[in-house]
Amino acid sequence: MITVILLLFPVAASLFVLAFPPARAKYLALTCSVLELLLAAYAWINAASVGGYQFLVDIPWVSGLGIHFKVGMDGISLLMVLLTALLVPLILLATFRRDIRKPGVFYALILFMQAGLIGVFVSLDAFLFYIAWEAALIPIYFISALWGGENRIKATFKFLIYTITGSFFMLVGIIYLYLQTPGSHTFDITAFYALSLDYQQQVWVFLAFFIAFAIKMPVFPFHTWQPDTYAAAPTAGTMLLAAIMLKMGIYGVIRWILPVVPVAAVDWANVIMVLAIIGLVYASIIAFRQRDIKRVIAYSSIAHVGLIAAGLFTLNVQAMQGAMIQMLSHGINVLGLFFVVDILFDRTGTFDRAALGGVVHRAPVLAVCFMIVLLGSVALPLTNGFVGEFLLLSGLFRYNVIFAGVGGLTIIFSSVYMFRLYKDTMLGGANELTAGFSDIRGSEKALLLIVAALVIVIGVYPGPVLSLTENSVSLLLDQVNAKLMNFELLSDNLLP
Amino acid sequence: MTSLIIVSVLAVAVLYLGLFKYKTALLPVSVTGLLAAAAMAAMDWDLEKMYFSEMMLFDNYAVAFSILLILTTLLIFGLSRNYFEKISNNVAEYYALMLFALAGGVVMVSFHNLAMLFIGIEILSISLYVLAGIRRKDPASNEASLKYFLMGAFATGFLLFGTALIYGATGSFNLAAIASSGAFESALFRAGVLLMMVGLSFKVSVAPFHTWTPDVYEGSPGLIAMFMATVVKTAGFAAFLRLFLMAFAEASAFWAITVAILCILTLFAGNITAVFQDRFKRLLAWSSVSHAGYLLLAILAVGFSASSAVLVYTIAYSLASVAAFGIMILVSRARGNDHLDSFNGLARTNPFLAFTLTLAVCSLAGIPLTAGFFGKFYVFKVALAQGYTWLVVLAVINAMIGIYYYFKVIIAMYMKENANAVAIQLNPGFRLVLSIVVFLIFLFGIFPGLIANIL
Repeated sequence: MITVILLLFPVAASLFVLAFPPARAKYLALTCSVLELLLAAYAWINAASVGGYQFLVDIPWVSGLGIHFKVGMDGISLLMVLLTALLVPLILLATFRRDIRKPGVFYALILFMQAGLIGVFVSLDAFLFYIAWEAALIPIYFISALWGGENRIKATFKFLIYTITGSFFMLVGIIYLYLQTPGSHTFDITAFYALSLDYQQQVWVFLAFFIAFAIKMPVFPFHTWQPDTYAAAPTAGTMLLAAIMLKMGIYGVIRWILPVVPVAAVDWANVIMVLAIIGLVYASIIAFRQRDIKRVIAYSSIAHVGLIAAGLFTLNVQAMQGAMIQMLSHGINVLGLFFVVDILFDRTGTFDRAALGGVVHRAPVLAVCFMIVLLGSVALPLTNGFVGEFLLLSGLFRYNVIFAGVGGLTIIFSSVYMFRLYKDTMLGGANELTAGFSDIRGSEKALLLIVAALVIVIGVYPGPVLSLTENSVSLLLDQVNAKLMNFELLSDNLLP
Repeated sequence: MTSLIIVSVLAVAVLYLGLFKYKTALLPVSVTGLLAAAAMAAMDWDLEKMYFSEMMLFDNYAVAFSILLILTTLLIFGLSRNYFEKISNNVAEYYALMLFALAGGVVMVSFHNLAMLFIGIEILSISLYVLAGIRRKDPASNEASLKYFLMGAFATGFLLFGTALIYGATGSFNLAAIASSGAFESALFRAGVLLMMVGLSFKVSVAPFHTWTPDVYEGSPGLIAMFMATVVKTAGFAAFLRLFLMAFAEASAFWAITVAILCILTLFAGNITAVFQDRFKRLLAWSSVSHAGYLLLAILAVGFSASSAVLVYTIAYSLASVAAFGIMILVSRARGNDHLDSFNGLARTNPFLAFTLTLAVCSLAGIPLTAGFFGKFYVFKVALAQGYTWLVVLAVINAMIGIYYYFKVIIAMYMKENANAVAIQLNPGFRLVLSIVVFLIFLFGIFPGLIANIL
């Protein structure tokens, strides 16, 4: 039941917010999102440490077509739900000191998007998954396109076309799988897991799903929408996109590709990893060349996600667990970084790193928080980024040393461009732009302190997060391996 | 059957009301009559009655589509208050002709004999030829009427010729007799099937027989274009499917490839041309061509799920089209034309209209949580179930092209400004109909089971 409440409460909240006086909408929105966080925490506390789905709810939705409203959470879903529920209040908080036109609609859209995101993470029915997938997209399109900055119409339109293109292919894949299920067909995920498709079918289904997820993540070469959209979207939108929405793609791979079409996934793993690592190096180099600080963060996000994507396809526990915790850490860090960028832009009106400098003298608290988040982002030990990247790289190392070696460059690269970013913006002498810089206060301070605290807490004590997903990850890998074995047995039998 | 009689008598009654100048009574009488007709049609549910020595069969298929046609007409009548008065003095003719066309539509969805199919199409078409040209002094309207009439007459020729050949091959006009004749291999029969396909393709604007569509839609009054896009298209497709399902299903191996090719042509012609339109009415006309392509996908999948898919799709499409055409009428009346730029700033002046139109085009584009998504999903499903994977992939590519042009109008409404725009006044009829449409699009989008299991 709690899953349904988690899913529907943000929808109700967004309607409340619409009906509420716009001037006070942000308070109501924040309250609702905090309640949602408490609900998620309640679910976490009550979750048993088993690998399977918990809090299952299964209601027939469209009888006759085998469509069910089936939701539930295993450890992986629960982590993603926690991530969403944790970050949305922070994102709302980030907008508190900014002027938002039509605040009622803005906050309602954010909450509605939260419902879509949660829906993606808890759906155990492919039809529902698809609906939630799109329900998360439409609000973020409007958030970015209506409240965004320069060049927003073109950039967000590109984003929309790109992502919908991916999802339509996924829809075909979903219907195809549905038609392979026995009897009167069903969209139930367990039926999808039980399918034994031949190689050709697996590859096509894999490609249909992977395009959708790769565009969302984004994996090179499907990333071209991302920097423009991140740059054009308002900060809250960028945070939603980078911190939560791209996790939909990663989650999709874990939930809908690996256990459903494992043979194709194993077969294509090298291709995907090479793409991911190319993207990682490529994005790092571009990040190095950017003057626009928002774009530096955007490209660094591609690099980090590249490493996660590569880790997923190794199919070993380390890398998977690393991907899990890195999803959480990346969400927190990128949110913090984008918020720092937003503060800099708010005070100085520029995204140009060369035009900034010397902020540390004026805003020591900001500088310290920025440094902590930055260290998390470059994966310094005892920060949250380290746990994830270490596990990912060690998993990748087991799979292929060269991949791990090149992938490991991400840490070096990111140190280079992130520290340079820090140097250019924070250090040095103040200029006329930054001379009147005021330090963070109120909601800004609260937000950055929370983020900085999370960076350190998760870095020092990642245990609870790792144990949350441990059982589910090993169960998932067991399922995948069992299917792989089965497939080999079958194909052996087929040989003359 | 009673509903057909009611609709026909209603049309005559409306003509008489016009003759005696009871203009204020026109709308209430028509609406009451239509409600009665819909109720009567619903009473026939599950009865499966044959009429006129097996000329017509009121099975559930016929009942469901009749009700859909009648209710869509009702929605259009809801928008028509004070609309026709501005165009001409002879308001009664509008209502009467639309009702006659509706009667033709009801015949088209319930025929069990090729002769009835022909009669239904003719009743529908002749009313439409007049309706398209009803603005007598407007050259565009005249052009629309002439074009529609000439092309329509030509297509009717094909249809009749095909009917004759089928009769020659099977010795009967009766659908059941044709289906059991076993003459599917004969060249006569095959030529007949193809010729009938051409005739019907014209009526539902399937490429390459669609060229009349944009000009006729543009020249006709907005509400008539709406009627063509919804009622006429629904009736046409219901007839198309009924014919191929009840009479030619056994020969599907022969005609399926032709339908598949028509489907691809229609999808690409409709969608790609729609991208380049800068007038909303023409954009909708081309999009209606493209929707014919999606519906053809369902026809390929002969079987019970095909009729369900066509029903779901036409419900979703009709609802969205009523909203889209309705708002197009309002905007072009208030701002002089239906250019996409006229929609600039609509979100600021009329948030309700902007939201409704957004929902409508999202439904047309197939975005989830709208009825249109489920329509597309269902159509793709039945086509995939028949193994037309390549066709569905092409259709999906077209759906993406669709997103591009549908969102152009959303971008105009929400993201472009028009400083001089003033709020558009809505009359109560519009407000009511648009609210109903919004409600239904959401309802069927969130609970698709309500329409998916009718047939």
